[in-house]
Amino acid sequence: MAAIEAKRLSLTYSTEDGPLQALSDIDLAVAHGEFVSLIGPSGCGKTTLLRVIADLEQPTGGEIRVNGTTPGQARLRRDYGYVFQAPALLPWRRIAANVTLPLEIMGLPRTERRRRAQAQLDLVELAGFAHKFPWQLSGGMQQRASIARALAFDPALLLMDEPFGALDEIVRDHLNEQLLRLWRRTGKTVVFVTHSIPEAVFLSTRIVVMSPRPGRIADIVPCDLGPDRPLEIRETPEFLRIAQRVREGLRAGHAYAG
Amino acid sequence: MRARQAALPVLAVAAALVALWYAGAVALNWQVVAEGRARGGMPPDAWQTLAGTMSFARPLLPAPHQVAEEVWRTAFATPLTSRRSLLLHAWITLEAALAGLAIGVAAGVLVAAAIVHVRALQRSLMPWIIASQAIPVLALAPIVIVALGTLGLEGLLPKAIIAAYLCFFPVTIAMAKGLEAADPLARDLMRTYSASRAQVFWKLRLPASLPFLFASLKVAAAASVVGAIVAELPTGAQAGLGARLLAGSYFGQPLQIWAALVAAAVLSASLFGVLAATERLVARRMGMRA
Repeated sequence: MAAIEAKRLSLTYSTEDGPLQALSDIDLAVAHGEFVSLIGPSGCGKTTLLRVIADLEQPTGGEIRVNGTTPGQARLRRDYGYVFQAPALLPWRRIAANVTLPLEIMGLPRTERRRRAQAQLDLVELAGFAHKFPWQLSGGMQQRASIARALAFDPALLLMDEPFGALDEIVRDHLNEQLLRLWRRTGKTVVFVTHSIPEAVFLSTRIVVMSPRPGRIADIVPCDLGPDRPLEIRETPEFLRIAQRVREGLRAGHAYAG
Repeated sequence: MRARQAALPVLAVAAALVALWYAGAVALNWQVVAEGRARGGMPPDAWQTLAGTMSFARPLLPAPHQVAEEVWRTAFATPLTSRRSLLLHAWITLEAALAGLAIGVAAGVLVAAAIVHVRALQRSLMPWIIASQAIPVLALAPIVIVALGTLGLEGLLPKAIIAAYLCFFPVTIAMAKGLEAADPLARDLMRTYSASRAQVFWKLRLPASLPFLFASLKVAAAASVVGAIVAELPTGAQAGLGARLLAGSYFGQPLQIWAALVAAAVLSASLFGVLAATERLVARRMGMRA
């Protein structure tokens, strides 16, 4: 059973200017333990696809299964953790309390909540900031806190929507390394939306190249760089070859759209 | 340092208002005092007339020091048990205002919570709420007081209901907005956790609405005092600041009216101050930037 399986999936919004097709004919299967990136220009439906998987949007055609059930059932089972573009921390809760929010909602006992928050904050190197309020942290630290929050209830599936999009390159490199390490250690399934080619190639086992109007899959690029990926791997010919193929896929999608 | 800088404009404005008040007292009382002197056969004398406007027993507009004297005399130089005690009457009004504020705020928050959870109520209930505020409270108060009186309800509760009637409106309007004010991403986040409606309300909607709640509470607090005073008028001036106002106008005691007005203003300002302090306390606990 695949972690995610989409067949001829489509989504059409009805807007004031008439119907808008956000997703068209998406066929995609993500196996357990994979790291799959969705890449494409804005308006290609990559965020919409992620939101459909998370049951935050309803598809208008086709079929989608998450761990063998509908996204709605998967959501009720709390199968996935979602990381948004913005940290979306609750400003009135301290960092530790933000991380324990999902645990409170799921009804875990207090000592267990505290233990897990501590462990997750250690993992994202925020141990010393548990009692700060979100505004006292930098953007990168806030986003790390939001990742700790998504990991706190240990979901097998992580859905990440351009989590590092708003951060500067140095912070981004650092967080990419951390995320890769985390994925290797935990064996979680990750679906990762990005518009950065190097980020996608660096992190993924497969890259789904999407193109806009209507949002569809232009190419699926395997990315078999192996599990050990130091930042320097980005200068190797293999890395550049994969990046080149992704770039061509993006360009072809654009030409097709006119 | 900052306090001292802020004190200067505050004192300047206060001094200007007092000066304006004195000028008004002179202007409004001048003619009556001058005519009184003429009837008494006294020669026209500007200084004597001026002095008269400052100490006239039944002035159109009493001078500030006269009002201050009256407030001091009735509030602090009169035993609390006396029917003439300003503090006693202020307390009776405050009691009704606080009870009304509590009822009104509870009703306002409940109605707002219902409106944000049941979409149909937004359209069906809101017009009635708005229409209810188009009825002047002065017209409504006697009806309610008399109606409740026939049911045997007298004293605090009918007054609290009138005060609540004025309070709930700003709270409902503000909270209908405040309970929807949470970041849409945070709402999506709660959905990914499959949080129940109650959890979303207590952990997201309510904390996000608190700035709206406090803004509306300050409006409601002032309205609650007005409501309590208006509610005291139709009962035939038994007790409370409203009764003092009414009795003052029946018996031609402008100083008594003004003392009651000062007491009402002090009540409103104190409620406002307590709420503002509470707001600061809550904001600090919730990590708001100073």
